[in-house]
Amino acid sequence: MQIYLPIAEISVNVFLLLGLGGAIGFLSGLFGVGGGFLMTPLLIFIGIPPAVAVATEANQIVASSISGVLAHWKRGNVDLKMGTMLLVGGVIGSAFGVWLFTYLRTLGQLDLVIRLSYVVFLGVIGFLMLIESVRTMMKRRVQMPTRKHHHIWLHGLPFKMRFRKSRLYISAILPLVVGGFVGLLAAIMGVGGGFIMVPAMIYLLGMPTSVVVGTSLFQIIFVTANVTVLQSVTNQAVDVVLALLLLLGGVIGAQWGAKMGSRLHGEQLRGLLAVMVIAVCLKLTFDLVATPGDRYSIGGLVEH
Amino acid sequence: MQSRAAHLAAAIAFMTASAGWPAHAARDLSVALSSTVVAVTTQFTGSELLLFGSKEGSGDVVVVVRGPQQDPVVRRKDRVGGIWVNNAEVTFDRVPTFYAVAANRPLGDILDPRVRKSHQIGIEYIELSPKPGTKLQLPATAIEEFRKAFFRNKQREGLYTIGQGAVNFLTGQLFVTRIQFPANVTVGTFGVDVHLVRDRQIWTTETRLINVRKFGLEAEVYGFAHRQSLAYGILAVLIAVVAGWLANAAFRKK
Repeated sequence: MQIYLPIAEISVNVFLLLGLGGAIGFLSGLFGVGGGFLMTPLLIFIGIPPAVAVATEANQIVASSISGVLAHWKRGNVDLKMGTMLLVGGVIGSAFGVWLFTYLRTLGQLDLVIRLSYVVFLGVIGFLMLIESVRTMMKRRVQMPTRKHHHIWLHGLPFKMRFRKSRLYISAILPLVVGGFVGLLAAIMGVGGGFIMVPAMIYLLGMPTSVVVGTSLFQIIFVTANVTVLQSVTNQAVDVVLALLLLLGGVIGAQWGAKMGSRLHGEQLRGLLAVMVIAVCLKLTFDLVATPGDRYSIGGLVEH
Repeated sequence: MQSRAAHLAAAIAFMTASAGWPAHAARDLSVALSSTVVAVTTQFTGSELLLFGSKEGSGDVVVVVRGPQQDPVVRRKDRVGGIWVNNAEVTFDRVPTFYAVAANRPLGDILDPRVRKSHQIGIEYIELSPKPGTKLQLPATAIEEFRKAFFRNKQREGLYTIGQGAVNFLTGQLFVTRIQFPANVTVGTFGVDVHLVRDRQIWTTETRLINVRKFGLEAEVYGFAHRQSLAYGILAVLIAVVAGWLANAAFRKK
């Protein structure tokens, strides 16, 4: 059954979208990360214009993050103060990101920047994941550093604040910058940014792991909501029909994934995910390097 | 395919129905369209309109259909550092988004080339010049490549038709032609020029307008997104919030 997407201006199979949402939702339920970083390139592969894919993905991530944060909130796993600092940085970063997005569009280079960002992002992530899963499969334990008030020089920067929930007393500049960078990524790439924020929170900020996921979800909600509104107003690139279809599949998939997560072996799945991430990265690279059918293209709202 | 008789019957019905038009003794050409609106709905796969007309005396008929004008940007990719990047662009000035031409005989036989040039009749005569005021660092030969690329892309999209369509004379005076709109037609006001040609010059012209508009739910969403962007954005976020909340609530007990 085909459906015509009003903003993307193409006709897609409904079941393909539901399935895609479901598959990515399943992965996010399994691993506890957004999945935007896989969804956006896959949307581009099925023919959705990159600009619409990025903007619509931000919309979808609002929903999946709300669903996730509510569960963490009940267990008291959200550091509101830290989350607020992160989101202030995030809102500024994403506003700048949307501006940059619009500017690149007028230059006709938006498509290229999105694809290149993904090649780099997915390449690095996939490589790291592969290493980590190979290590665990070889049964070599990774020594996690003890994070009891582990101070690095960054913590000593000015504007120190007390973050009680995370038991930290560090410079406020840190969460602002981390949040800002993640916000920029959300606007340009259509990702939640959890993939960058969670390690940054653990290693750069020194937050305890129990509050990390909940707090990052909290930030992601506001930043992606901000991106959705900004992209709607500035570029009219958010396709609400597309977002709803992906959402539907995603929500069901995520619940199933969360259930399976407790049952199956993490290492093999992580290895599979790493392979998938690398495969997407390679396909994107190939598309950039392969000689195009026609070197010339006519630009417009939906640029090539 | 309708038979000639059916065409003739329809044409006559049209002419008699529109008998209330101001009768001009000197008017040698009159035309009518089967519809002046093309409704682009959800499952739109293209549409076809019929143009009917009658002429007095001798002469050939040429029909030109033009879509709304745009300033298209044509970009060229070059290999930079191993990857293909948009490296050069030319913006053309006021070009129709859709173009089709039809005549009862080959255009070259009925019209003087100078007339074709001044009226831009036929794809080869469409004026495609860079937008005035833009700085161009490209040589003329390069710009010619951009022109060719523009026509090539337009033809591939089915928005510019190569060659000419047919204008069929049902009797010595009554003629009909089909106007085809592809599935990806651009929305807007289309102009149909019907020229009566005598001695290789245009004797008289009748112009009609066709309104191509989107209808249906998708059109409403698109319109809302473009006209009330802020409300649309906020609504999109609210829908996502509610959906996320419901999802959490629905699966909590499981």
